[in-house]
Amino acid sequence: MEVMRRWLAPVIASALFLAAPLAVPSWAVFVLTLALAKFMAVLAVALFLRGGLISFGHALFYGIGAYAVGFSIKWWGITDAVLLAPLGTLLGAGVAALVGLFMARYRGVFFAMLNLGVSMILYSALLKFYWVTSGTDGIGVRSPAFLGIVPPRELFQVIYYYFTLLLTGIVICAIYRFLASPVGYFLKAIGDNEVRIEYQGESVRRVMYLTYILSGALAGLGGVLAAFAVGHIVPEYAFWAQSGEFVFVAVLGGYGSVPGSLVGSIAFEFIRTYASKYMPEAWQTTLGVIMLFIILFLPGGLWTIYEAATGRGRRRPEGVSRG
Amino acid sequence: MATLTVIVVDGLIFAAVLFLLSIGLTLIFGVLRILNLAHGSIYALGGYMASFLVLKVLKLGYSAYWSYPMLLVGGMIAGLVAGPVIERLFLRRVYGRAEAIQLLLTFSILLILDDLMKILFGTQPIIVSEPYSLLGQFSLGRVTYPWYDVVLIAVSIVSGGLLVWIVRGTRFGKLIVSVITDREISVAMGINVGRMYMVSFTLGALCAALSGALIAPTIAVVPGVAVDVVVSSFAVIAIGGMGSLEGAALGALIVGVVRAVAIQLFPELELVMIYLIMVLVLMAKPAGLWGEAEVRRI
Repeated sequence: MEVMRRWLAPVIASALFLAAPLAVPSWAVFVLTLALAKFMAVLAVALFLRGGLISFGHALFYGIGAYAVGFSIKWWGITDAVLLAPLGTLLGAGVAALVGLFMARYRGVFFAMLNLGVSMILYSALLKFYWVTSGTDGIGVRSPAFLGIVPPRELFQVIYYYFTLLLTGIVICAIYRFLASPVGYFLKAIGDNEVRIEYQGESVRRVMYLTYILSGALAGLGGVLAAFAVGHIVPEYAFWAQSGEFVFVAVLGGYGSVPGSLVGSIAFEFIRTYASKYMPEAWQTTLGVIMLFIILFLPGGLWTIYEAATGRGRRRPEGVSRG
Repeated sequence: MATLTVIVVDGLIFAAVLFLLSIGLTLIFGVLRILNLAHGSIYALGGYMASFLVLKVLKLGYSAYWSYPMLLVGGMIAGLVAGPVIERLFLRRVYGRAEAIQLLLTFSILLILDDLMKILFGTQPIIVSEPYSLLGQFSLGRVTYPWYDVVLIAVSIVSGGLLVWIVRGTRFGKLIVSVITDREISVAMGINVGRMYMVSFTLGALCAALSGALIAPTIAVVPGVAVDVVVSSFAVIAIGGMGSLEGAALGALIVGVVRAVAIQLFPELELVMIYLIMVLVLMAKPAGLWGEAEVRRI
């Protein structure tokens, strides 16, 4: 019974995801693919949210992943998604390993603002070095090959969806593994009490640093997947508004819960498809108003509604612990 | 030599605006312990309001000299409206809650204001150059500067001085210091802490809106500057020490000059330079140049 309770929801969700392309129109498959790609970047932000930390700059790694694809195609003509996905992930992790060296020292407003600042540096570089990056025109991305095999045009979208879905599955497993590890637990404790982590013999900076590298890898992979899905790369991938969206979805999904982030990402992408059609000029305001509402009235994010409905919810006074 | 003059004078001009902007941010952080991410939006609001009023006055056929009071009035309206509204409606609900929540709240306000200004004032750049060119120019070596820049620096120093006097020299300032030091004791002594918070936030917002209004004639007022502004302003107060007024002055000077150097010599690296300085300062002195190290909480 216990086993069933635990595995029922994931199995149903996987079945739904696997069957989705058969049941929904092709534009919805595209939106779903993009949502899964962005979900990885949302996870990166959500990891830190568990520890009570907010990053307004993870579009940095998202942008790096996307531009890794762009430059590989432009310079070397490599279009193999199976090759570029690990490349983008590694690049994201590599840059995170570098930036993380000083980022791991900071918490609270410093962590938020330093991340924001570093991502703005990349954004302005992408704009200003236009002879390399093509500036606001962006870089076009051809449909990828998979291990040297180029799928026929009409099948590409579905195949790419399954490719993204496979990677999403791997990432979710990896994240659950990470969250169940000592570092994962200590990460959650950062928001509660840092000093006690040190008393337990773990270095807070090590926890921060490892998480930062992982988050960079995740967002980098998300960038690669989104670049192929959209087929066009612009500096906005690294813009603060993009980081803000990741934070928004992570909050919407319940301050760092993995299934919450997944549901949040998909809901967000679909809502945006409609919103950008009917009220493009008030999109950010809509996000802001919803976020205000969640902060002030739903302290655990939208996920609290589900938890309350299924009777699983433990009453949590605060989604994010006092930092 | 000419380059050096340009760097020094431009640096001073940048520093003056950054100073006025950042003492607002640092005052709010010092009293409320909240980093106001919407600070840049209030700055932009001040700029828009001021340009709007100046354009109105010029259109009605008044003398162009009326544009100066209008700049101030525009900034004041923006600050005096945005300040109390944001504090009373939203910020007061998250006092004492997690830092992440407070950041998210001010970020939401930033998002809302960003769009709101586009809807209210349009997306086209607004240019009001009359106040800028009206006062004439003076030359310094081979470079000419408009007198408006001198006015800018003077107004910024006077307003900053006024704020320092309010905090250091008046009864209200003493009450603020007591609220900063110990909120609970202050409540017990009969200080209306809620009102202190509102007034401090409004003063901070006023600084932001005024600096936006003052800079408006020298640039084209465009949407979407809010985040750039709050990022540099944060760099200023982080370098100087969060919550320190002298620190804001020092930080503004450093960032202003660095920005002037970067724009003259390698314009691509403007933001990189500012952030590099900030990271270097934070590595050497985590509490900022003028800040006091906080004792670690257990």
